[in-house]
Amino acid sequence: MKVSYKWLKQYLDLNMPAKDLAEKIERTAVEVDSVTVAEDGLKKLVVGHILSMKKHPESDHLHICSVDVGEDEPLQIVCGAPNVDAGQKVIVALPNSRIGGNVKIKRSKMRGVESEGMICALDEIGFSKDVVPKEWADGIYVFDDDVPVGEPIYHYLGMDDPIIDLDVTPNRGDMLSIIGTVHDLAAIYDQKPEIKKPSVEEDQSLDVNTEIKATADASLAKTYKLRVVEGVKIAPSPTWLQITLWNAGIRPINNVVDVTNYILLKYGQPLHSFDKDKIDGDIVVRNAKKGEKLVTLDEDEHELSPDDMVISDNDHPIALAGVMGGFNTQIDDETQNVVIESAIFDSFHIRKTAQRHVLHSEASQRFERGINPDGVEDALNEAVSMIKQLAGGRIAQGIVTASEYHPELPVISITAERTNHVLGTSLKLEEIKSIFDRLEFPSVEHGDTLAVTVPARRWDIHIDADLFEEVARIYGYDNLPVTLPTGRQTIGVLTPTQRLQRASRQILEGIGLTQAISYSLTTDAKAKMFLMRDSEPTKLLWPMTQDHTTLRMNLLSGLLDDVAYNHAHKVDDVSLYETGRVFYKDSADQIRPEEVEHVAGVITGNLTDPAWNNHVKPADFYLMKGMVNQFIVNLGIKGEIAYSATDQYPEMHPGRTANISIHGHNVGFVGQIHPQIAKKFKIKETYAFELNMQALIDLPKNDDQYQPIAKYPSVKRDISMIVDRETTNDEIVAVMNKRGGSYLSAIRLFDVYEGKNVPDGKKSMAYSLTYVNPRETLKDEVVNAAFEKIKKRLTADLNAEIR
Amino acid sequence: MSLRDKLSEIKEKGLADIGQTDDLKTLNEIRVHLLGKKGPITAALRGIKELTPEERPEVGSYANKIRDAISEAVAQHRDQLETIQLNKQLAAEKIDVTLPGKPVAQGQPHVIQQIIDQIVDLFLGMGYEVLTGPEVEEDKYNFEMMNLPKNHPARDMQDTFYLSKEILMRTQTSPMQARALEKHDFSKGPLKMISPGIVYRRDTDDPTHSHQFHQVEGLVIDEHITMADLKGTLITMAQNIFGDKFDIRLRPSYFPFTEPSVEVDVTCFNCMGKGCDVCKHTGWIEVLGAGMVHPNVLKMAGVDSDVYGGFAFGVGPDRFAMLKYGVDDIRDFYLNDVRFLNQFSKRGN
Ligand SMILES: [Zn+2]
Repeated sequence: MKVSYKWLKQYLDLNMPAKDLAEKIERTAVEVDSVTVAEDGLKKLVVGHILSMKKHPESDHLHICSVDVGEDEPLQIVCGAPNVDAGQKVIVALPNSRIGGNVKIKRSKMRGVESEGMICALDEIGFSKDVVPKEWADGIYVFDDDVPVGEPIYHYLGMDDPIIDLDVTPNRGDMLSIIGTVHDLAAIYDQKPEIKKPSVEEDQSLDVNTEIKATADASLAKTYKLRVVEGVKIAPSPTWLQITLWNAGIRPINNVVDVTNYILLKYGQPLHSFDKDKIDGDIVVRNAKKGEKLVTLDEDEHELSPDDMVISDNDHPIALAGVMGGFNTQIDDETQNVVIESAIFDSFHIRKTAQRHVLHSEASQRFERGINPDGVEDALNEAVSMIKQLAGGRIAQGIVTASEYHPELPVISITAERTNHVLGTSLKLEEIKSIFDRLEFPSVEHGDTLAVTVPARRWDIHIDADLFEEVARIYGYDNLPVTLPTGRQTIGVLTPTQRLQRASRQILEGIGLTQAISYSLTTDAKAKMFLMRDSEPTKLLWPMTQDHTTLRMNLLSGLLDDVAYNHAHKVDDVSLYETGRVFYKDSADQIRPEEVEHVAGVITGNLTDPAWNNHVKPADFYLMKGMVNQFIVNLGIKGEIAYSATDQYPEMHPGRTANISIHGHNVGFVGQIHPQIAKKFKIKETYAFELNMQALIDLPKNDDQYQPIAKYPSVKRDISMIVDRETTNDEIVAVMNKRGGSYLSAIRLFDVYEGKNVPDGKKSMAYSLTYVNPRETLKDEVVNAAFEKIKKRLTADLNAEIR
Repeated sequence: MSLRDKLSEIKEKGLADIGQTDDLKTLNEIRVHLLGKKGPITAALRGIKELTPEERPEVGSYANKIRDAISEAVAQHRDQLETIQLNKQLAAEKIDVTLPGKPVAQGQPHVIQQIIDQIVDLFLGMGYEVLTGPEVEEDKYNFEMMNLPKNHPARDMQDTFYLSKEILMRTQTSPMQARALEKHDFSKGPLKMISPGIVYRRDTDDPTHSHQFHQVEGLVIDEHITMADLKGTLITMAQNIFGDKFDIRLRPSYFPFTEPSVEVDVTCFNCMGKGCDVCKHTGWIEVLGAGMVHPNVLKMAGVDSDVYGGFAFGVGPDRFAMLKYGVDDIRDFYLNDVRFLNQFSKRGN
């Protein structure tokens, strides 16, 4: 709500700069979006009087004006506006002035004729086109005659008035009005403004009840009231009223419509005016019927639904209640008799209708947030009085009341003890009472308690906590003490799972992967990739974009997107990991997916930058495997980690992918992204792993038992052999482990070779075996015997040729 | 020449030879020659039998002194020569220390993770537990138990990703308040928790909006928790994350699940409170929402609101990171450009 500082000053004694007032409002009531003064940034704009005018000899639409701007000599200004005329008082931008949009005006020649400045339209000096009255929309603005020539224009257009734009929270609908804002500022600054009740001068010869009849469904309109004014003369509003409206962001229309908008601003009570002679019969507030149509004021036709609430005459809807009036019953220049409506419409219906028809108006915004039931009639009375004053006519006697609602005012009892208990203050009951006095909430002390009556204009207040907020904000949040919670002590520790998750991130970072956070919502196709178990995808009912429709069932597709983004930006080396949830559903009928923690990583290119002393090789399967293996080892999960070749993932290279299992439980996979998938993502050769983190969390961990370091020296033996190319490392190691004897403590593969000196279809494998006896020094004979046994078994079982 | 004089002569000559030697090998030869069985001292001492028995011990001990003196001189000179030799070697080993070191692989935590960890660590230190909950949430927890019944105006269907009428992507971490309150046994002590996690909004991604971002919810419920405690807690958090020079201000606001509700501003990073374009010339930047837990929220979770009460707050790590590091596009956090990610050093603040 755009609030005029000048308007506030009509009620309150305020002398601080607008910026300071805004800061106070922010700290005490509602947020302030901006404080603006329309004249800021403008320069040398004055009222000019067009003394005479002649046609430009070289143009059929330009005129040469002689303009008195209060100086010794009139200025010669060329003007192209269609409505320019001698005798007008107009906005003159003097030479070297600055107009809207930070444009400088200089002396210039227009088709050979010198122009000493410019005569301006309102939008040229910074007015939004939305608020410029139709009358001045296509030409220059013309002042009233009594405006003094040569004076700066700002005051005469309301451009010197600071406008404070309040961003009102949903609960403070009362602040969507000048009176509501005045009430709150009165409490903040401890003032007692005088807010007069309007009086109405009715015409005894006209009875409203014979003029119009109305019925209303009270569930749609709790209060519904009409008044009638006959014999009005439609004309533009006086300048002061136009200024008030355009400063609030509302376009002035005519003296009747402008009054209803003025009352809306002042009371927060939306009014609607109908041309009485265009209404056919009686007025009814009802739900729309299926198939009914209505053309609204903006000339759009709306198909209505039974959920819409309408004002109707005998046959047709004439307004979308509380949202927008109908085109057919609007006030026009010929209107003589008007019906003014003041009502409280049901906020839920208003919200739904405003949403359905995408019509969010000043009126609907206020009905949605609530209306002061005490102000409905005052607003109506002041409106008709103003119309009579500005447009003439006779006010019919009485008010048509189709429904009426006066809420019982809540009385809430609070104590100083409870207030201080919640706020941490040490206020006395009198101090609390004085705050409610400032708010003009009647309150009565009964011993330790204060019974506070909440006025109807503060319909947001229902419970004691609401009153504590009033106390806190008026007392000032700045004045609250600063403490930390005391009381029973609690221990702040991470759970074992949380510690493991934190450790897992640190491990992955330690081995060179940087943490990525990707989107959980992706495309259907990407969601279904790298599936580690059977699952249906989880889809949004109303996605926002095609890129984010489905919950991911893997982390890798997101990481591949990240790699692609990096590649697209000329970054070839990418090593990332991500931890997060994937979302599984056992069947399409299941609505809520199971959320499972996963961890995944990708590497492409070099892990470290090549350098004068760093001769790197691009990432390969074994680098990725080494990382994932180290990760699992560091987590200390009990049981053997096993890798078995798999071609079950269509997105992975069928010959370069391994399933990973621990103690027989499959926990994920590691391998190369399938070249076709890499091509689709536009990424280079990429290696990846994805693990079920939840499984890693759940699997039993090693006991943290210390293993004594062997006191006796270990003995090493190297063995080199030629085996079939298809023989796997696992097979060889299995034989060695099985037949190695009890002192074999470690097996390290130190060479794999194929090619020269090795027969086709064969490969050379070389291992270093470590033997140790924890109880005594190993004798050579013992080691030799064990070593010979391994050689024999390798030859027998795997057809190995020992070298 | 007496035997004694002879010995003295051997000593003088020996010491002179030692002093002139400039390599370790020669020095060793001199030592072996002088002190050895075939050396001049041994040879000279053969004449000892010419002396009287009274003279012999005195000359014998003089010979030992000479031996010691020579040994001492050799040792000293050897040290000198070794030092010279070492210095020569060191001079020859000189390298260009300005050549770059060998690259080492080290990953970084995501900048948002760093902010979350910092918040988590701070609150762990203050005795809070860390709770996490589902990202796919029931309407009941996300809205209804947060005092946002079905037709509440603050509950805009447009902002929420629904999976069905009752199941949605959580729009806030606040449902963890309801879940924690439902479970907590207050006879065992107060509830002090924070809950970090991902939340979702039906927004179009742009520099200041993301359909996915992070929140950390905080909740403290006990018999005597005040708004002053909330203020102190928020100041502690702001200063811990941004620095001691930062102040906060509370402004009245509205959230259905707190009453009173406040929005919290911190001193503008850009101008430190003087006023600039970033803070719209107010000197303040909004960073989080908070308030005293609404009695309805307690009641709906089965907690006696006459006995228990407290505060809740919700902070956005994405926004914190943007403010702290001057990141001007929230989408940068989710693109994972490694050049972006690696800028945020893991120095623990
Ligand atoms: Zn600033």
